[in-house]
Amino acid sequence: MPKRTGAQIIWECLVHEDVQTVFGYPGGAILPTYDAMLDYPVKHVLVRHEQGATHMADGFARAGGGVGVALATSGPGATNLVTGIATAQMDSSPIVCITGQVPSKYIGYDAFQETDITGITLPITKHSYLVTRAEDIMPAMKEAFHLAKSGRPGPVLVDITKDAQQASIEWAWDPSPVKMRGYRPLNPITSEDLAKATELIRNSKRPVILAGQGVIQSGATQELLAFAERVSCPIAMTLLGIGGVPANHPLNLGMMGMHGEAWVNHAIQEADLLLAFGMRFDDRVTGNTKTYALNAKKIHVDIDPSELNKNIPVDAAILGDLRETLVDLLAVLEPADHAEWITYIDSMKGDAAVRDIQGLPDTGHLYAAHVINDIWRITGGNAIVVTDVGQHQMWEAQYYRHNSPRTLITSGGLGTMGFALPAAIGAKVARPDAEVWVIVGDGGFQMTQAELTTAAQEGIKVNIAIINNGYLGMVRQWQEFFYERRYAATPLKSPDFVKIAEAHGLEGYRVDKRSDVDATINRARKAEGTVLIDFRVEQEDSVYPMVPAGADLHAMIRRPEPSVLAETGADPI
Amino acid sequence: MHHTLVALVEDKPGVLNRVASLFRRRNFNIESLTVGRTAEAGVSRMTIVIDSDQASAERVTAYLYKLVNVLQVEDLGSTPAVARDLALVKVSVAGHDRAALLRIVDETRAHIVDTGEQTMTLEITGEPPHVDAVIRRLEPLGIIEMVRTGQVAMRRGDTALSAAQS
Ligand SMILES: Cc1ncc(C[n+]2csc(CCOP(=O)(O)OP(=O)(O)O)c2C)c(N)n1
Ligand SMILES: [Mg+2]
Repeated sequence: MPKRTGAQIIWECLVHEDVQTVFGYPGGAILPTYDAMLDYPVKHVLVRHEQGATHMADGFARAGGGVGVALATSGPGATNLVTGIATAQMDSSPIVCITGQVPSKYIGYDAFQETDITGITLPITKHSYLVTRAEDIMPAMKEAFHLAKSGRPGPVLVDITKDAQQASIEWAWDPSPVKMRGYRPLNPITSEDLAKATELIRNSKRPVILAGQGVIQSGATQELLAFAERVSCPIAMTLLGIGGVPANHPLNLGMMGMHGEAWVNHAIQEADLLLAFGMRFDDRVTGNTKTYALNAKKIHVDIDPSELNKNIPVDAAILGDLRETLVDLLAVLEPADHAEWITYIDSMKGDAAVRDIQGLPDTGHLYAAHVINDIWRITGGNAIVVTDVGQHQMWEAQYYRHNSPRTLITSGGLGTMGFALPAAIGAKVARPDAEVWVIVGDGGFQMTQAELTTAAQEGIKVNIAIINNGYLGMVRQWQEFFYERRYAATPLKSPDFVKIAEAHGLEGYRVDKRSDVDATINRARKAEGTVLIDFRVEQEDSVYPMVPAGADLHAMIRRPEPSVLAETGADPI
Repeated sequence: MHHTLVALVEDKPGVLNRVASLFRRRNFNIESLTVGRTAEAGVSRMTIVIDSDQASAERVTAYLYKLVNVLQVEDLGSTPAVARDLALVKVSVAGHDRAALLRIVDETRAHIVDTGEQTMTLEITGEPPHVDAVIRRLEPLGIIEMVRTGQVAMRRGDTALSAAQS
């Protein structure tokens, strides 16, 4: 057997896992691995902050469907990964983070740049490894990839001591499949569960499908559409479910939840059957659970047993892969017709406040909704859009109509500001031929703005639309609605973003008139490199409808009345 | 309500930490937790007593299964089981207490495992309520030091909890 150092084994494993790009930042404890990197056919993207590496790995995974890899040194390098790991955990994104650790004999002695990163990340990883011997690197790496991508995907951390990286051992790749005694990623679907669900579907007059990210992760789009068409069942999407069902499909109602369309939330509240497919009844989509869809029976299909009966008790819980479950259901379900129910839901669209703003004549003001709708129209709905967190994120979900899976990449569960730019860089690396747009707030852009330099150094082209409203807009909106317009710490001064682009040798434009939007979007699309557009939008616009945190799902604040409400409901988060 | 869960886990570094962290992170209170070997090398057994209702116990079971190192979980809430707790109690024997103490020892099947000049140490084994009851009787005599192992438990009858699986 040939000799390999631990560092070489890390790269051998990455090559065997078909990893072509890693996102990272070097330092003392990971130096042996960086040194060995030069001899392997893996591209390295040098980030400007390790948080960026995790978001890039995450964006890479979400856009391409593979596993993203981030690399960092011990101590501060490792702790800088934490936000990105938690983001990936909340949204079930498969990433593997490799960190250097101080030599094993120093562990526990507070050595220079020692930090207990497996301890710190224990509750925010799917699993983690502390590897102290070169012999243990391959098993840990193989298991890490297997865990990250199988079952309910998630982040896995592999912390490898410097001496393990330096040690030289006789080594050969073990091609045998990973076997882990306590890990059951897939469970057989039981026929009783299926029979119960089938019965509920047959008896339903007013069904609604709740489509979550599970549709995308199990690749179930076709089966879901076949199912919905067979039983003529309208579909509502969660934020992360967007793209899993084409926006232009006649049965697709749109997004549900806190900023969902009014008719979608009403349909859920009035349904007699909810079919929750690969979603988890997050508080942002249920509102007050005590008043949630009280007349509906519930079927829940999820791959993670701990999600079943967690937030909402259900009548039929099916543990398993969504696509397989739908195939099984399609085999036994006969066609049904719910035309009356669908017509009824359609009739509620009449007063759709969400759309109102589109009809607004050009008053000389620039609204974020117009900008996003124009980006949608000009890109034909075919771009990968990566958003940050805030008002612009919700407007994107409302006004960019996604027609295919993995084209909206956004931090849903953790709501991580600063996610967009690095995640977009990762998405572009995964899908170099795709048109990638970043839609980001003036606040969130400044959190990870340094990664603009990474895009410039790597020659990675993304188009950046800063929705610049001069505020931490979403927080300002809560202050407007629930805190008597007391704008504590939300007015925001920003640098000249155009100059920042130019300082990187990139094109930058400022747009404050609706009439300039089209031309500027087109300029960005035609440019070779990354282009940044600073859209100066209406400063105090709000996202409607809005279900206040903890309020009943049907109790939406609607545009345009500038309602000043008392904070409602129990336990607002 | 007390709920007893038994978990068979891989004997690997950090597993206890993962299990304990889960209960903290998911906001469950651990009443007692014991860990020890099993008949199979590489497999440890944990008995975890939590204060929760049946629905919460089911949630905890599902969360435990999410831990990669957890092999089997059994909820003894609904299964007839043998449960044992062990306490060592050091009691003062100054003056006339000695006779009272010996009477309690006699009546409760406690064992005297050590005697000092001023104290006597008892071992009490049994179902946790039995141990509680004995300790309550000892309290008036003056408990100087006490330790309890926490509960261990096992299903009754011929069926066994086994880690063996595909
Ligand atoms: C890292 C982080 N810190 C704080 C928040 C809380 N937060 C949610 S939205 C928001 C405002 C975002 O402002 P901006 O990026 O300008 O976007 P806008 O809402 O104005 O579109 C804040 C501060 C968060 N989600 N993430
Ligand atoms: Mg803003």
